[in-house]
Amino acid sequence: MQKLLSGNAFVFGKNVDTDQIYPGRFVEFTDVEDVAKYAMFGADPAFTCKVKKGDFIVAGTNFGCGSSREHAAITIKAVGVGAIIAESFARIFYRNAINLGIPLIVCPNISQLIQTGDSLSLDLHSGEIRLEKSLIATAEPMSEYVLNILESGGIKPLIKQQLATGNRA
Amino acid sequence: MHAIEKLLAKKAGKTSVKTGEIINCEIDMAGINDLYLQTIRSFFEMGGTKVYDPSKVIMFLDHYAPASTITQATNQKQFREFCWDQGIDLLMDIDQGVCHQVLADKGLAYPGEIVVITDSHTTTHGAFGAFGTGVGATDLAIILATGKLWFRVPEIIKINFEGKLHKGVYAKDAILHAIGTLGADYAVYKAVEFGGSMLEQLSISERMALCNMSTEMGAKASYIQPDAITMAFLEERVTRAYEIYHTDADFHYADEVSFDVSALKPQLAAPSSVDNVYDVSQFIGRHIDQAYLGSCTGGRAEDIGIAAHILHGKKVASRTRFVIVPASKGVLLEAMEKGYVKTLIEAGATFVTPGCAACLGTHEGMIASGETCITTTNRNFPGRMGDTKAEIFLGSPAAVAAAALMGEIVDPTLYM
Repeated sequence: MQKLLSGNAFVFGKNVDTDQIYPGRFVEFTDVEDVAKYAMFGADPAFTCKVKKGDFIVAGTNFGCGSSREHAAITIKAVGVGAIIAESFARIFYRNAINLGIPLIVCPNISQLIQTGDSLSLDLHSGEIRLEKSLIATAEPMSEYVLNILESGGIKPLIKQQLATGNRA
Repeated sequence: MHAIEKLLAKKAGKTSVKTGEIINCEIDMAGINDLYLQTIRSFFEMGGTKVYDPSKVIMFLDHYAPASTITQATNQKQFREFCWDQGIDLLMDIDQGVCHQVLADKGLAYPGEIVVITDSHTTTHGAFGAFGTGVGATDLAIILATGKLWFRVPEIIKINFEGKLHKGVYAKDAILHAIGTLGADYAVYKAVEFGGSMLEQLSISERMALCNMSTEMGAKASYIQPDAITMAFLEERVTRAYEIYHTDADFHYADEVSFDVSALKPQLAAPSSVDNVYDVSQFIGRHIDQAYLGSCTGGRAEDIGIAAHILHGKKVASRTRFVIVPASKGVLLEAMEKGYVKTLIEAGATFVTPGCAACLGTHEGMIASGETCITTTNRNFPGRMGDTKAEIFLGSPAAVAAAALMGEIVDPTLYM
């Protein structure tokens, strides 16, 4: 896992739900290239035209609330978002994103400190968030368990290894 | 320890657990619904070949029941074939209905169980003293492959509803009021136990609505301590042995809040978030294009019965549509036997086959830009049931049925 990430910020508000991230009428699509076309479609239909690989989604509290649809995490990963920085995450979205290897960073007040278009850098290990190279916030540390999943490139390689060794725990 | 902690400890093969600890639990029932073909894909991507224990897996073709596009049909075909290949006998095809109601109807929801489904409203099973939680496709695939899943032992909050609900006021009103007061992120990562004297008044149907909606305050799971009402429901349905856990007297909740429901008026969640909650009186006279009664929150036989009571011998308003979606085959049969279906069809309601239908914004009752819908479902996010410029109000079955009758938002207590 790359330790230092940098990119531009796309800032959203609080309670960004999974219907805004990936509307229900597109859930029937199952191939990643189809799913990728609709990232953040309900909140900003032009998001996929503007976002570049490594950019950040920044949001208020409860990002990803609502449905269990993994499409919400798949679509964000597919367009190359480097990390999501939010004041808090909804639980199922949190698990889905970590399972896919998307870094999720919890940082109080972050949506007030950053505007869309700001150039950010993020140190995943220290949690330090810099705006144009000045330190503006330090995120909450991720748990060892979650870091292990991220560093393994998501949960699938870990389970694959577990199944190969016949270990269920 | 709390009953939930004892339950989780048992399933993790431990004598005790503490808040924040990460544990790996045996899963009693793992459910997949037809939105998430990714579950099967992730299973094979992880190197899975045979499902760990097919008897603990249940497949629900409920969200797209019956399929309305070729893509949906193709996804469902792959689910059926996976079940046949893997020896999964619990294939709940398009005739059965919404996963949570089907589990309840068939006696597959019971105390002490861990039930995990690829559906966020799996908290519903707290109504039976089970630990129910929703996950995404890849987490469910891990259960398919290993029979287990990791959990962080949650903080536990208690929400007490004290007093007696007035006629025409329901559990849905009580939980909307609580979500409106506490916020949509109040219980994120936490488990919520419901208590208080109001519960003595609530049927299993209403308790399911309460636990279902705990998802909308972010809860990981919910819990109602099984009592005589629970046992009466289970005795008719559950054939397997199960264990009821009890909370120790010295257990300390992470937070405890109480609401007096004695004076509670009917509530509505106004567009476009579930915690945007007001007394119905704020919106009296607002025109309704579509009234929608259905879903795992408000599509049970009791809910349809309330609508039949309100519309008996009357007609749905001329510029309003009334869509009714029974939550399951069992619900539809009961509604037919009790005469509710005839009453409501004669009144001008449209019945849709059991399932999720328009609740998730894919088919069967979508709404257009500029339209207003009042619904017994659980979410009013922008675009949830159709166009993002449509408006959705959430309310009780009585609020929905009374609005269907009058063509506008009214106080349902006047129509009981």
